[in-house]
Amino acid sequence: MASVCFYFQVHQPLRLRHYTVFDKSDRYFDDYTNASICRKVANKCYLPANRLLLEIIRRFEGRFRIAYSITGVLLEQLQKYSPEVMSTFDALAETGCVEFLAETYYHSLSFLYSRDEFIEQVSKHRETIWSLFGQKPRIFRNTELIYNNDLARLIESMGEFDAIMAEGADHILGFRSPNFIYRPKGCSKLKLLLKNYSLSDDIAFRFSNRGWSEWPLTADKFARWVSDVNGNGYVVNLFMDYETFGEHQWKDTGIFDFMRHLPEQILKHPDNDFKTPSEIVQCYEPVDTIDVPHLISWADTERDVSAWLGNAMQSNAIHELYRLEKKVKKASNKKIIADWRRLQVSDHFYYMCTKYFADGDVHKYFNPYNSPYDSYINFMNVLDNLHNRCSGRTNRATFRDLLRNKSEPDLQIAN
Amino acid sequence: MLGWEFPPFISGGLGTACYGLTKGMDQLGIKVTFVLPTMVESKYTTHVKLLSPSSHQGSVTSFEFNPLKNITFRTIHSPLQPYSSPDVYQQRIEESLRQKQKMHDGNVNATSEFIGGIDYHGDMYGEVHRYAAVVTELAATEQFDVIHAHDWMTYPAGIAVAAMSGKPLIVHVHSTEFDRSGEHVNQMIYDIERKGMHTADKVIAVSYFTRNIIISRYGVSGEKVEVVYNGVERNGGWSLDKTGISKDEKIVLFLGRITMQKGPEYFLAAAKKVLEVVDNVKFVMAGSGDMMHRAIEMAAGLGIGHKVLFTGFLRGEDVQKIYKMADLYVMPSVSEPFGIAPLEALDNDVPVIISKQSGVSEVLMHALKVDFWDVDEIANKIIAVLKYPPLQVTLRNHGNFEIRKLRWRDSAQKCMRIYEEALVAV
Repeated sequence: MASVCFYFQVHQPLRLRHYTVFDKSDRYFDDYTNASICRKVANKCYLPANRLLLEIIRRFEGRFRIAYSITGVLLEQLQKYSPEVMSTFDALAETGCVEFLAETYYHSLSFLYSRDEFIEQVSKHRETIWSLFGQKPRIFRNTELIYNNDLARLIESMGEFDAIMAEGADHILGFRSPNFIYRPKGCSKLKLLLKNYSLSDDIAFRFSNRGWSEWPLTADKFARWVSDVNGNGYVVNLFMDYETFGEHQWKDTGIFDFMRHLPEQILKHPDNDFKTPSEIVQCYEPVDTIDVPHLISWADTERDVSAWLGNAMQSNAIHELYRLEKKVKKASNKKIIADWRRLQVSDHFYYMCTKYFADGDVHKYFNPYNSPYDSYINFMNVLDNLHNRCSGRTNRATFRDLLRNKSEPDLQIAN
Repeated sequence: MLGWEFPPFISGGLGTACYGLTKGMDQLGIKVTFVLPTMVESKYTTHVKLLSPSSHQGSVTSFEFNPLKNITFRTIHSPLQPYSSPDVYQQRIEESLRQKQKMHDGNVNATSEFIGGIDYHGDMYGEVHRYAAVVTELAATEQFDVIHAHDWMTYPAGIAVAAMSGKPLIVHVHSTEFDRSGEHVNQMIYDIERKGMHTADKVIAVSYFTRNIIISRYGVSGEKVEVVYNGVERNGGWSLDKTGISKDEKIVLFLGRITMQKGPEYFLAAAKKVLEVVDNVKFVMAGSGDMMHRAIEMAAGLGIGHKVLFTGFLRGEDVQKIYKMADLYVMPSVSEPFGIAPLEALDNDVPVIISKQSGVSEVLMHALKVDFWDVDEIANKIIAVLKYPPLQVTLRNHGNFEIRKLRWRDSAQKCMRIYEEALVAV
């Protein structure tokens, strides 16, 4: 039996505007850029991909099943800038073949710095998914699949989750295969789903690479690889960014056609099927315990957290940010708390990464800044202003703002 | 090699570049005859070996410099010097005449060949051509395969030698008249530059920034113009141990000629903005130049005179010292063909802010980059570096590592490849 489990990560960062030390305004985000990128990605990826998957789900009448994890910061942006995407997600939720996962609302690294904040953000995300799609997520995935034993124990102790996801990194698996269900060390009930990075990356990264020996990747070839798992595993976990469709792999690479034909090819083999993560968890029992004392993630070849916390600027920026937690919460001003949380979006720290900077690779493509130094300077200037606001050293503009707009809800729930 | 200056008499990037490149060639085992104009002789005497005392056109001295085995030096007695303008040249000539007059008055038996009226020409352009004539004569006695001329004052000499010998000419552009003078170009200099570039078989630019100027402003065909980046000579070792200078004020450094090209007024305007936010910082302007007085007046006018220090021209050890004291180096150049100084700053563990209008910004990733006119942004970045130690640390560590890739040896290697191409074409 080989169950294919598709899970798509759907996220867009909140980009900061150019903010110098001389700025006094409490508007930190570049609304124009965020709106235009959100609309661009919606047109290139979210809308066509949602329509395609909806069509496939209807065609296979329940036999094709998928899962999404959509961050709160993206949901907010979609509601504001591209509401038609929300309605297609809603239609997907209605089919009953789509599962929504839980994560931190702000796509943050809060697990590493503040457990209280982490739990608040997970709850906020769960409630948002409940109110938008009518599902209470039972599966947790942390930002960028950052994971270790402590995280698994914390998630189990929250009592709301059946399973957690992580990268099927070679160094934690050893001789074992990611195609089974495992138990995190120190947990008694929680199950662990591991990403099959080889097959996932064949689609997400290598699909259009003409230098790759397997290019061009066709649906039947990929289905053969999946079928090869039969007899040596239960599941094939294909976890990837949703932007793979149409954004990382452009439409003219044939990625949409590949996806259109894939379910049919996979279901040709009688032992194959599609399952959502929750169904996997119900069907299969863990075969072994996995011990992950150190942090892992799904990023870069290192599969660690160095893309966000690898240099002195990154660790300084994030420490300063979480050092503000008490002050921010004491100020009990909704706008300040929301701004502070939006500064936690992990991408802010990713932009400060100096790894591979000189080579100008994938990191650059997603980066609105010319250099990691510019991004650090900008972030610290904003943080400094936020700090002053919590200390009550508000400037006039902020004060006027407060009078005019006492509390700005984070997300207007549409119903 | 028709070059400029030689340690310890180095007044700027041109001399540094000629010396570095020649040293790189020496390491590669390329034989170079390095011809340079010089006024100073007495201080060289220890390691100068006189080979041919004089010719009828002017005096030529020859010496070998021990560490460089493959290089022979020929100095031609001439008042030409880099960064000169006709006015400055005139002053120098008049001064040296006065000095000679004094020597005559005091001691009639003073070394008369030093004064010999053939060693200079009354105006700069004349001198450039006289220099060319001496070089041509010298070249007749030398063996060489290519001629490599650095900056406009040596181009006529290069052209003459190429015409006489039939060997390919390569001109190396370290700066153009547009960098030095903006739009107010000196037509005669422009003409000499243009003629040099058009006559040359190959033109070497120190950056793509300069290559663009050569193509668009001098009308040189793009396929003839190659880019060879400068390197940096690492001093390593002794700059590691910090001196015991204790200071409670941060120091932001400007180091370079105080001329229009280097953007001193943008440095001062940014300083003014910085001082509105941060107090414990001093701005040091190291260098001299024709805008020095205006810069001093401007600092006073902005009311920051007490926070800006002018050191005058620094050399050798003093440069090292000032780097050690500095927390940040700023180069707000308006038009900088390359800019070796930021590399030296990084070599001395000083983080740098450089203008985007510079060649060096093409090679440095681990530097903060600004448009020279964007005074707010310059100030914003200066404050950030002073305020956030992790920024300084990251810039310093990565920057210091990055410049290890910029070696003169590699620049020399590239020149060698260009020589070969030029030789094939001839």
